Amino acid sequence: MTNVRNLICTFKTQFIVIAFALSSQLSAEWDALNMTKGATEISREVYDLHMLIFWICVAIGVLVFGVMFYSMYAYTKKKNPVAATFHESTKVEIAWTIIPFLILIAMAVPASKTLQTMYNDEAGDINIQVVGYQWKWQYRYLEDDVNFFANLTTDLDEIYNKVPKGENYLEEVDEMVVIPVGKKVRFLITANDVIHSWWVPAFAIKQDAIPGFINTAWTIVEEPGIYRGKCTELCGKNHGFMPIVVKAVEQNEYDSWIAEKQAAAIAMAELTEKDWTAEELVARGEALYTTNCVACHQVNGQGITGIFPALAGSEIVMNDKARNIEILMEGVQGAAMNSFSYLSEVEMASVITYTRQSWGNAQNGDGEIVAPKDIVEYKKNKI
Amino acid sequence: MSAVIENHHNEHDHHGPAKGLKRWFYTTNHKDIGTLYLWFSFAMFLIGGAMAMIIRAELFQPGMQIVEPEFYNQMITLHGLIMIFGGVMPAFVGLANWLVPMMIGAPDMALPRMNNLSFWILPFAFFVLLSSLFMEGGAPNFGWTFYAPLSTTYAPPSTTFFIFSVHIMGASSIMGSINVIVTIMNMRAPGMGLMKMPLFVWSWLITAYLLIAVMPVLAGAVTMMLMDIHFGTSFFNAAGGGDPVLFQHIFWFFGHPEVYIMILPAFGIVSHIIETFSRKQLFGYSSMVWAMLSIAILSFVVWAHHMFTVGMPLAAELFFMWSTMLIAVPTGVKVFNWIATMFKGSITFETPMLFACAFVVLFTLGGFSGLMLAITPADFQYHDTYFVVAHFHYVLVPGAIFSIMAAVYYWIPKWTGNMYDERLGRLHFWLSFIGVNVTFFPQHFIGLAGMPRRVPDYALQFADWNMVSTAGAFLFGFSQVFFLFIVVKTVMGGKQATDQVWEGARGLEWTVDSPAPYHTFSVPPKVS
Amino acid sequence: MSGGNYYVPDSSRYPIFAATSLFFLVMGAGGTINGTDNGTTVLYLGFICMTLTMFFWFRTVVQEHLAGLDSAQLKKSYVFGMAWFIFSEVMFFAAFFGALFYVRTFAVPWLAGEGEKGAPIEFVQEMGVDFWTGFENTWPVIATPDNGSEYEIADKTMAFPGWSNVLAWLPLWNTIILLSSSVTVHFAHLGLKNGSRKSFNRWLGATVGLAVIFLGLQAAEYYEAYAHYGLTLNSGIYGSTFFMLTGFHGFHVFLGCCMLSVMLVRSVFFNHFETHDHFGFEAASWYWHFVDVVWVMLFFFVYII
Ligand code: HEA
Ligand code: HEA
Ligand code: HEC
Ligand code: CUA
Ligand SMILES: [Cu+2]
Repeated sequence: MTNVRNLICTFKTQFIVIAFALSSQLSAEWDALNMTKGATEISREVYDLHMLIFWICVAIGVLVFGVMFYSMYAYTKKKNPVAATFHESTKVEIAWTIIPFLILIAMAVPASKTLQTMYNDEAGDINIQVVGYQWKWQYRYLEDDVNFFANLTTDLDEIYNKVPKGENYLEEVDEMVVIPVGKKVRFLITANDVIHSWWVPAFAIKQDAIPGFINTAWTIVEEPGIYRGKCTELCGKNHGFMPIVVKAVEQNEYDSWIAEKQAAAIAMAELTEKDWTAEELVARGEALYTTNCVACHQVNGQGITGIFPALAGSEIVMNDKARNIEILMEGVQGAAMNSFSYLSEVEMASVITYTRQSWGNAQNGDGEIVAPKDIVEYKKNKI
Repeated sequence: MSAVIENHHNEHDHHGPAKGLKRWFYTTNHKDIGTLYLWFSFAMFLIGGAMAMIIRAELFQPGMQIVEPEFYNQMITLHGLIMIFGGVMPAFVGLANWLVPMMIGAPDMALPRMNNLSFWILPFAFFVLLSSLFMEGGAPNFGWTFYAPLSTTYAPPSTTFFIFSVHIMGASSIMGSINVIVTIMNMRAPGMGLMKMPLFVWSWLITAYLLIAVMPVLAGAVTMMLMDIHFGTSFFNAAGGGDPVLFQHIFWFFGHPEVYIMILPAFGIVSHIIETFSRKQLFGYSSMVWAMLSIAILSFVVWAHHMFTVGMPLAAELFFMWSTMLIAVPTGVKVFNWIATMFKGSITFETPMLFACAFVVLFTLGGFSGLMLAITPADFQYHDTYFVVAHFHYVLVPGAIFSIMAAVYYWIPKWTGNMYDERLGRLHFWLSFIGVNVTFFPQHFIGLAGMPRRVPDYALQFADWNMVSTAGAFLFGFSQVFFLFIVVKTVMGGKQATDQVWEGARGLEWTVDSPAPYHTFSVPPKVS
Repeated sequence: MSGGNYYVPDSSRYPIFAATSLFFLVMGAGGTINGTDNGTTVLYLGFICMTLTMFFWFRTVVQEHLAGLDSAQLKKSYVFGMAWFIFSEVMFFAAFFGALFYVRTFAVPWLAGEGEKGAPIEFVQEMGVDFWTGFENTWPVIATPDNGSEYEIADKTMAFPGWSNVLAWLPLWNTIILLSSSVTVHFAHLGLKNGSRKSFNRWLGATVGLAVIFLGLQAAEYYEAYAHYGLTLNSGIYGSTFFMLTGFHGFHVFLGCCMLSVMLVRSVFFNHFETHDHFGFEAASWYWHFVDVVWVMLFFFVYII
């Protein structure tokens, strides 16, 4: 109830503030209210199409409503007590069937052309596979063996209004997709669970990510910069929380970024060999749990009754190490619990160990940890 | 055709209704059933509207305030479903029940018992749907378009009940439309040829055909969902050789005609009202009929304009873009005809006419944004943003809903025998008119600026206009409570209405008493 | 009664009973499927209520008819009503046929990396990502392309077995049976028109008999499929479309069979139906022809090509 009261309170003050803000900023922010012109040739073409159709509609509107308002003004019962009696005219009716038709053709021609250009799906200079998950994006640079996930980084406290919201509220991620400018980049878009949609307004790309099928889109970005977008297909609870951030950079910067990524992958492989203690794993696992699992199993491991099972006190998490690994590696058929096998061995071991050590699970269960080696072992046995 | 209403195996008088609750449960009278439909739809409108208020309240500011994302998704799903299947459609069926027999000079609907059945299914269907809110895992949360696999593999258990409720809603609609078709084809007064039928009757005839053609397809779609969820089929699962996009094709094959189901009867209503208050015969009657027919036929070949971003082959995208754009032509003809009717008329602006004029302007605005959406490359930017939300609320709220309100003001004197309070009616109109625009116009801006739909929280640059929109929504919501008050007041009493009611009104319904007798025409009227 | 009068029935309690039964039916069905308490009880309750309501409702209609209460106009309303009801059934099947055409012409080739949307899949495979590896564009698709497939692999299908086996092929016999039943129902109609109740009863009886044989063979086919062919609802999209189309068709045959049996009972035991006045029967026979046409489509699209 306090929520509601707060709301009404802010409602009043904010509304006054807004009213002021609006009047002064309206003209300055007009561009922010319209479709973006974007950063590519295609996006500008789309913008132009949008404006073309918009102005045609405005013109038709002015004409049509002009006649209507005039009639409402000039032919009231007071001014025109006796109505005219005409009620059809073949000529006029033909005219207002043909003319809109011609206008439509005038719109369809440029639209069809632009569409055709967008549909060119030859391979790009760089090809990136984009995979939608509930609720994060995976990016896979096909030529360079670079592979990572991008999660929302906005703090829950910001979302729940406990701390002020940052500048890029809901539009910030832990890893940006980096692409070079001036090169044709092709995105191969698909999904792992439900349908998502990959939208970056500045490129005029919006393609659905459909599990089992691959859609393509391409772009050539002209200016370096950071471009933000979002998932635009309802994909469950956190649909509003899976942003996309693309960073366009010069070619040399891109090359060094790729090199860095590849080096990091090698370093990770070395960590797998090491002997780990429970504390080390738990420390690593907590962050991983927050990005990968809390969406469903919640911070306190209690899950959501009826949809997502609790991990706290779960028989599997407490006592069945083998099944625990298997669930994480393979997912559960026909349930939202997907395979997390894309996590590295270290990450996988840490997150499992974290769940096995937290919420009293270690005390109530066998308390065993899962080490990166166990994961390596599991993978070996599978083959 | 000589005509008396037969008074069989019952001595009691047929001309008055039975007393008490039995009247409503057992009735076979088109007026009673029409009344039931109308009240039911209004109740649903309030429930769906209350959900819209929850949605708008959550969106008042960025950040999560009132509900959790999970519940937000349930709200948008139920809001969409309830407004469409519970609000608009039953309201139109209710109007058809009241008006079609009166307009064509029939004593009742052709199949009165089935008529009662198709109504009484609805309260049960919506009870099932709403009860899912209290089930484990919550109500359906996948949007009113319930795309697979979110609605199959990843759906809450209550989806089973959702599916069955859609099944029986569909059964109700199919029976309702069969009844309308049969009544119109079979029960017209002698002399009333097809091209002499009032436009509302025409609009419903076409709507009924659309319904019979697409409701079974929807039933097929939900049946496949049911099988995918519980019986291991893989219609919408690529892992078995199926395709999630198949679901969308089937859904929108139903879904697009469905949106015209929600607007064609509105076209009929508005035609009558504009004609009456312009005191001038409707311009271009036959082109109005042809326009509705073309819209209905075209509506079967445009469905994939909702799916421009699913990655269809280029040829399909082009085809669906062009066919969609074509619909602007017959719709334009209708708009032009209305304006030509007003031109050189002798117009007064009673409440129904105010709503009808607002309908013409605001529906056309919604049509324009529809046309923009039809432009495929541009739709890549608009799709699944608030621009779409703005589009369809413009055609649905000041479109379908305004036309229903206009119809209520226009015919309520005939139904109850009492005039409504004109001053209050106008006040209601202006509040609604302002409210609806303040709510939905800014949504064009936030959509173009990049705010996706179906999100409970949004980035900071959309904050200002969302606040405005919410303010408008609450204004609009409260003015509908006011509407309830006006209607109840009119039912309870008011100035006695004349039989003709409106100076310029034409049509058989205005030739009978106000309120209309329980069985309107015991003798078929002659139509010249 | 003379033909020109409106007949407006009294208020009736059947509609709301039917609606209530329907409510029990769906609550029960949902409960049964979801495994909630009492689901099945409610389902049975709904089923019984529904059957009873329909029985009494139809009995009233028949009695009204026999009492001569319904006018020519009302009869015409029933005729139109039945016709449009059948049309709605056509559209229901259209959804399933549409699904079959769509997967065969689009989805399956695309999954196999062919056609307009197939190219990127091959591209991705080349880059070392396994995406439906080895999935081929053949019909029927019985197993899942997914490597981790848990589905049983069917080793045979119900499709056309080649000319050498054609006579052992059950669907062919079913087709012949169903087609002949359409003929017999027509003969029954002719008998009735010629005023021969005997011939009517005989031919109608034959039709019902054929319907029962058809259902029996269909059951045998399903048994074969499940027990010996490993072909189930889980067998990929082929299993899905095969069982949904034939299953819903079979269900409609069952309904049609019930309708015809009721007509048979009415004629044999109650001497209903006149030479010029027998729409109840005609409606059932229309329905039967409709079921027959659907089968022909099925035979062609599901079994042959
Ligand atoms: C009553 C309901 C209704 C009506 C009548 C319409 C009418 C139209 N709609 Fe709309 N639409 C919806 C309800 C409706 N729509 C809904 C509910 C959705 C969203 C569903 C969802 O995703 O949840 C939707 C979504 C939707 C989309 C998909 C958007 C997306 O998701 O990306 C598209 C795309 O083409 C579209 C197009 C159109 C067009 C071209 C018309 C045309 O019929 C409009 C024609 C009218 C005019 C054009 C104005 C009058 C004409 C003139 C004055 C003549 C001269 C004009 C010219 C020559 C320009 N609609
Ligand atoms: C005929 C159909 C119809 C109607 C009439 C409405 C009416 C309204 N709609 Fe709805 N809407 C849809 C059909 C409709 N909508 C559909 C199909 C969707 C898509 C769903 C989906 O994405 O799946 C949608 C989605 C939708 C969204 C987008 C949600 C999202 O994407 O996240 C929003 C947000 O603003 C919205 C708002 C409103 C508002 C404010 C009204 C108002 O006009 C409602 C006004 C009515 C009332 C308020 C009721 C009367 C008042 C009371 C009961 C008293 C209590 C009131 C107060 C406390 C003020 N609707
Ligand atoms: C998208 C939602 C989602 C995410 C994210 C998710 N899970 Fe799950 N998880 C589920 C669901 C649903 C089940 C229940 C599956 C079933 O048995 O039907 C489940 C089951 C489990 C189980 C088995 C519990 C039991 O007692 O049966 C474990 C262990 C588990 N998850 C661990 C994890 C870990 C660790 C992570 C993060 C790395 C994670 N999950 C991320 C949805 C999710
Ligand atoms: Cu992912 Cu929405
Ligand atoms: Cu549409």
